[in-house]
Amino acid sequence: MLDKLSEIEKSALDALQAVDDESSLDAWRVAHLGRSSPLMMVFSELGKLSKEERPTIGQAANRVKAVLEAAFAEKTEAVKRSALERSLSEEKLDVTLPGRPIQRGRLHPSTQQLRRVLAILAEMGFQVYTSREVETDEMNFQLLNFPPHHPARDMQDTLYVDAGERGDNPILLRTHTSPGQIHAMREFAAMNPKDPPPIRIALPGMCFRAEQITARSEVQFNQVEGLAVGKGITFSDLKGTLIEFAHRMFGQNARTRFRASYFPFTEPSAEMDVECFVCGGKGCAVCKNSGWLEILGSGMVHPVVLQNGGYDPKIYSGFAWGMGPERQLMLRYKIEDIRYFLGNDIRFLEQF
Amino acid sequence: MKIPLSWLKDFIDLDGLSVEDIARKLTLAGLEVDEIQYVGLPMPGYAAQDMHSSERHEFKTSGIAWDRDKIVVAEILEVKPHPNADRLTLLDLYDGQQTQVVLTGAPNIFHLKSTGKLSKPIKVAYAKEGATLYDGHADGLVLTTLKRAKIRGVDSYSMVCSEKELGITEEHEGIILLDDDAPVGMPLADYMGDAVLDISILPNMARNANVIGVARELAALTGRKLKPPTVDRRPKTVHRPPSTVGNINELVSIQITNPELNPRFVIGLIRDVEIKPSPYQVQRRLKLAGMRPINNIVDATNYAMLELGEPLHAFDYDVLVGRTGSPTHKIKIITRSARDGEKLTTLDGVERTLSSMNVLVCDEKGPLSIAGIMGGAESEVTDKTKNILLEGAAWNFINIRRTAKQHNLPSEASFRFSRGVHPAMAEIGVKRGLQLMAEWSGGMVAPGLVDEYPLKPKDATVTLTTKDVKRLLGIDLSAEEIVELLERLEFKCKIRSPQNAKRKSSKRAQPITNYESPIMVIAPPHRLDIGEGVVGLADVLEEIARVYGYDRIPSTTMADALPPQIGNPVHEWEEHLRDVLVALGFDEIVSYRLTSAENESRITQYDEYVRIANPIAPERSVMRRSLLASVLDSLEHNIRLSETLAFFEIGSVFEPTNNELPNEPRKLAVAMTGKREPNAWDVKDSPALDFFDMKGRIELLLSGLRLTDVVYTAIGASTLRQAQGDAPLPRRALGLRSATYLHPGKAAEIKINDEVVAAFGELHPLVKEKYDLGDSPVLVAEFDLDVLRGIAPTYAIKPVPEFPPILEDIAVIVDESVAASRLEALIRQTGGKSVTNVRLFDVYRGDQVGAGKKSLAYSLTYQAPDKTMTDAEAAAIRNKIVKRLEQEVGAKLRS
Ligand SMILES: [Zn+2]
Repeated sequence: MLDKLSEIEKSALDALQAVDDESSLDAWRVAHLGRSSPLMMVFSELGKLSKEERPTIGQAANRVKAVLEAAFAEKTEAVKRSALERSLSEEKLDVTLPGRPIQRGRLHPSTQQLRRVLAILAEMGFQVYTSREVETDEMNFQLLNFPPHHPARDMQDTLYVDAGERGDNPILLRTHTSPGQIHAMREFAAMNPKDPPPIRIALPGMCFRAEQITARSEVQFNQVEGLAVGKGITFSDLKGTLIEFAHRMFGQNARTRFRASYFPFTEPSAEMDVECFVCGGKGCAVCKNSGWLEILGSGMVHPVVLQNGGYDPKIYSGFAWGMGPERQLMLRYKIEDIRYFLGNDIRFLEQF
Repeated sequence: MKIPLSWLKDFIDLDGLSVEDIARKLTLAGLEVDEIQYVGLPMPGYAAQDMHSSERHEFKTSGIAWDRDKIVVAEILEVKPHPNADRLTLLDLYDGQQTQVVLTGAPNIFHLKSTGKLSKPIKVAYAKEGATLYDGHADGLVLTTLKRAKIRGVDSYSMVCSEKELGITEEHEGIILLDDDAPVGMPLADYMGDAVLDISILPNMARNANVIGVARELAALTGRKLKPPTVDRRPKTVHRPPSTVGNINELVSIQITNPELNPRFVIGLIRDVEIKPSPYQVQRRLKLAGMRPINNIVDATNYAMLELGEPLHAFDYDVLVGRTGSPTHKIKIITRSARDGEKLTTLDGVERTLSSMNVLVCDEKGPLSIAGIMGGAESEVTDKTKNILLEGAAWNFINIRRTAKQHNLPSEASFRFSRGVHPAMAEIGVKRGLQLMAEWSGGMVAPGLVDEYPLKPKDATVTLTTKDVKRLLGIDLSAEEIVELLERLEFKCKIRSPQNAKRKSSKRAQPITNYESPIMVIAPPHRLDIGEGVVGLADVLEEIARVYGYDRIPSTTMADALPPQIGNPVHEWEEHLRDVLVALGFDEIVSYRLTSAENESRITQYDEYVRIANPIAPERSVMRRSLLASVLDSLEHNIRLSETLAFFEIGSVFEPTNNELPNEPRKLAVAMTGKREPNAWDVKDSPALDFFDMKGRIELLLSGLRLTDVVYTAIGASTLRQAQGDAPLPRRALGLRSATYLHPGKAAEIKINDEVVAAFGELHPLVKEKYDLGDSPVLVAEFDLDVLRGIAPTYAIKPVPEFPPILEDIAVIVDESVAASRLEALIRQTGGKSVTNVRLFDVYRGDQVGAGKKSLAYSLTYQAPDKTMTDAEAAAIRNKIVKRLEQEVGAKLRS
C-alpha cells in the first residue's frame, strides 16, 4: 500500500511537470486530486484496512495529499505568471501612433493678451472700466482737447455714422478708448463732486479707424488704456508706473526709454520704447534695426481733459497711457499680418 | 520733413556730435528721426564691401558714403571727341594732382566737344578707380566698384559722376556741374558730403517744420548757440545803380478784409532779376529736402520756406502792373473770401471753382492766388520775368486746412499754414527771400516793405513756480534752473520778487517760507502752441521736461490714496462666461463690427442699421445687428478646414435710434457643425452633431453660470410664423422669438424666471443654403446677455448624503405627444424630496410599444436624508409615481 502511495505521488508529480496552461492544470487537478483520483481511492479504501495498518497508511496518504496540493499551488502560480508574461510581451502598442484628439476650446489671442495686460494692471491697482463703441464727436474728440478742425485730428482717420445733420457733434465710431476717460472721471467725480476720489482704471475695448484693411493697418483693433488721477501724481510717477508695468509685461530686465511725443489729451506726452525682446537690442527686422520697440503712448492728463472730467487741474493731476494688444502679439510672435486677428482662421487661432 | 545736416550746420555748430548722436537727441525730444539717408558722409558700420553689415544702426539707415581718397572735386579742361564713338567724349580732367583722360557720355557737356581748351574749367565730381558708387544705369540702387575697362578701344578707369551715382537723386542723364568756387582736389565728402534726417513733425511742433526750428531744438538740447540768418544784410553784388528803384510803398498797397482769416500780409519788391538756375549747392539742398529746383526765384521762395518755415509766393510784378491798365497805377492787393462759384486757374493749369470758405489774394481786377495754398497761373514767375513781388503772409490755419482738403491740394505751403505759422515769420521770410533772390539773380531789392498787420497775436504769458514743476513733473528745480532751460528755447523769463508778487496777489501778509517766487514766462515770437492759464502751464512744463531730458526725470511710485474699488461686474461676468464656453470646447472668435446689410440678410432682414457715412468698402458699410451672422461668417470661412467646428463670440450689436447714439446690447452667439467626435485613426464615422449636442452644451453652460429653473420650449412653426407678422411681443423677446433662421421642428427658446434669454436649434435648411456650410446640420444659439446677466444665480450647495441611496430603473409607455419634460416634472413632483435624481436613459419607439407611442426609461435615485431607505419605502414611492403618471398622461409601466 505504501508502495502504491509512493507510486501515486511519483506519477502525479511527473504528470505535473508537463502542465503549462490553465486547462491542463485543471485536468491534472481532477486526475490527481479529484474525487475519483487514485489518491482519493486510497482514502476511501482506508476503512478496509486493518487497525494496525490504518494509521500508517492514513498518515502516508495525508502526506502525499499535502505534497500534491503544495505542488499544485506552486504550479498554479507559475502558470499564472507565465501567462501574464506572455500577455505582457504580446500586448505591445505602437506608441508612436497619435493620441485621440479632444475637442477643446480656445480663447481668441486678443482676449488672451488682453487678460495678460489686465491681470498685471489689476495687481497694480487698476480696475477695468468699459464704455460704448459708438460715440459722439464731443466725447471722442472735443472733451479730449481735439477741437473741431484741429490738425491733431489728422492723426486719427475717423469713421462717421450717417445720423442726419448734427453740426459739430457728429456720431462716430470711437477712434480710441479715451472717451472712457471722460465717462469714468465724470462717474467718479459724481461720487463726491466737491472732493472727487482718486481714479486708477484700465480701459480695454474695440476701436475703429477709417483705414484700408492691409497687412499693416486695420479698420478695427483693440486698445487698452490706463488712467490714474489723484492729488500729487507726477510725471516721475508716470515713468515709475510704466516701467513697472513693462517689467511685468516683458520681463524684469526689460530696458525702457521715454521719448517726447504729442497727444492732444496729454501734456507732457511721451512714447515708451522697450528694448527689442526679439534681438535683445542688437537690432533686427522686428525693431527695424533700432534695438527699440514702440510699446505705448503716454502722458500727463491734459488740464482741459481733467476739467472736462470734473477734476480741478489746479488740485488734481494724473497720467494716461494706451497700447495695442494685437501689436504686442505681433511683436512677441513676429506676426507679419494684422488681418489674422479678425480673420478667425482656425489655422491661426489654434496656434494660441 | 527732410533736413540736410549741412543746412543745419549753417545755424549751429555740431562739431563732436555724430549724425546718430544728433538723431538720437532729436528723437528723444519728440522730433522723431524716421530715417537717416547718408549722402557722402561716413556711415556707421559701413564699409563698401560690407553693405549688409549686421552692426546695429540705431536708426533706419540708407545711402552711401563717399570715399575721401577716391571721390574728389576735379575740373574739366577740355572736351575732346572719342576716336571710335560719336556719342562719347574724352575729357582732359585735372583732379588736383594730375591730369587724367576720362571717358563720358554725359549729354550736358556734349556741346563743348571739340571747342578746344575751355576758357573757364568746369568743376565736376570725379570718382577714381576703386571708388564705390551706385550704378547709374541699373534700375534702382545697385552698388558697383569702378574697375579698369576698355570702352571702344579707350582705357577707362574713372568717371565724372551723375547725382544718381553719388546717391543724391535718381537723376543720371547728365553729370553734376559744381559751382565755380568748388576747390579742385578736395575730397567730395568734405566739400558736400551730407546726411539727411527724415523727421516726423508732430502737430504741436509745426514751428519745427524747417531747418532753423530743428537747429533751435538742437541748440536747446545741447546747450549750444543758435546762429540765426542775418536777413537784413544787403546783397554783396550790386551791379546797377539804384536810380529806378523807388520805395515799394509808392507802388503797392494792401487791403485785408478779414484779419481773422489773414492777420498779416507783407510784400517786398525786387527788380531786374535774371532768371537762371540756382547755384548747385542750393539745388542740392533743395533736392535733399525733397523739392525740385525750378529757377533761382522760385528756388529762393522754397529755400527760405524750408529754412524758416514761412511759405512765400512770388508774383510777376509786370503782370500785375499790366492788370491795373496803366503803368502809373498803384497795385492794390486785396485779400478776401471767394464768392461761391468764382473761378481761378492755378499754376498747375487746373481751373478751380471756389467757395466762400476759400480765401483769395486778389488785385482790383480779380483773384491772383488761393491764399496760402497755390498761386494762379497768370501771375506766375516765368523765364521772362524781370521784377518780382514777394508775398509773405499769415493765414488762419483751420481755414487753410479746410481749403486744402476741399481742393485736395496738399502742398509744402498748405502743410505749414494748416498747422499754424506765427505772423512774425511773414516779415522775416520776405526779407530772407529777397536777400536770396538778390544773391542768386543779381536783382535789386526795392527799399521798404508793404506790411499790413491788423491782428497781432498776444504773446502767451505763463506764470509758474518751482512748486508747479515739483507737483507735476516730480523734479526739484530752482527758479534759475527753470529759467535757464526755457531761455534755451528763446522764452523770455522773469523771476518776480516775492514782495512784488505778494503785493499783487494778496494784501494779507503771508509767511515768507510758504512763498514761491513766481516765474513769468513769455513765449517766443515764432510759437503759437503755448496757451495761457493751466493749459499754458502744461505747455511750458512740457518744454521744461523735454529740454531737461525725459531720461533724467526719476521713476517713482504713486503716493496718492487708492481709489474706491468698484470693479466691473459686467466684464468679470463675461470673462467667466468665456471660460465656461472654452471648457465646453468652443473656440472664441472676434469679428468685424462693420459688415453689410446684404451679408446679414442671409439670416435676418433688418430695415434699420447704424450706417457709416464714409465706409472704407461696401462690405464694411454698416454696424452689425446680428452677432450670429458674424459667427456664421467665420464658420463658413473655416468649413473645409476642420471636420468639427465650434465657435462663439461675445460682443455688442448695434441697434440704431433716431439719429442719436445707438443701443449697444451685448450678445453671445454660438455655432457648431461637423462630427460629434474628432476623427482619429481608430475613430471613424462619428455621427454628426445635432440639436441635443447643442442642448447638452447649453445645459452645462447655464449650470456653469449657476442658473437653475431653466425652461426649454419648442418655438415651433406657428410661433415663428407669428413672429413674422407684427405680433405684440416685447422688444427684447422679439429679437429671439423671430429667430426665423431656425428649423421649425428643431428650435427652442430658453426661459429663466419667465424671461426669454436665448433661442437655439438647427439652422433652417433654406438659410443654410445661402451659406457654404457643408452637409452636416449647423447648430446655432443666440443669447441676450443683458437679460441673462440680470438673472440671479443660485449658489446653494447641497450636503453630500450620509446614507446609501436606492437606484431603480422604470420605463413607461406614453403617447408620442407627451413631452419628456412633462414626465420628468411629474416624477419629481410626486417623488418630492425622496427622489433626488431623475435621469432619462432611453427613448424607444417600435413594435414593442405600438404605433404613436414611445417608451421612456428613467433611472431614479431614492434617498432619505436622515436614514437608510428600505426597499419597501422605495417601492411605495415608485407606485405613487406610476399611478400619478397613469392618471395625468395615461402612462403605462413597461414590464
Ligand atoms: Zn530687434
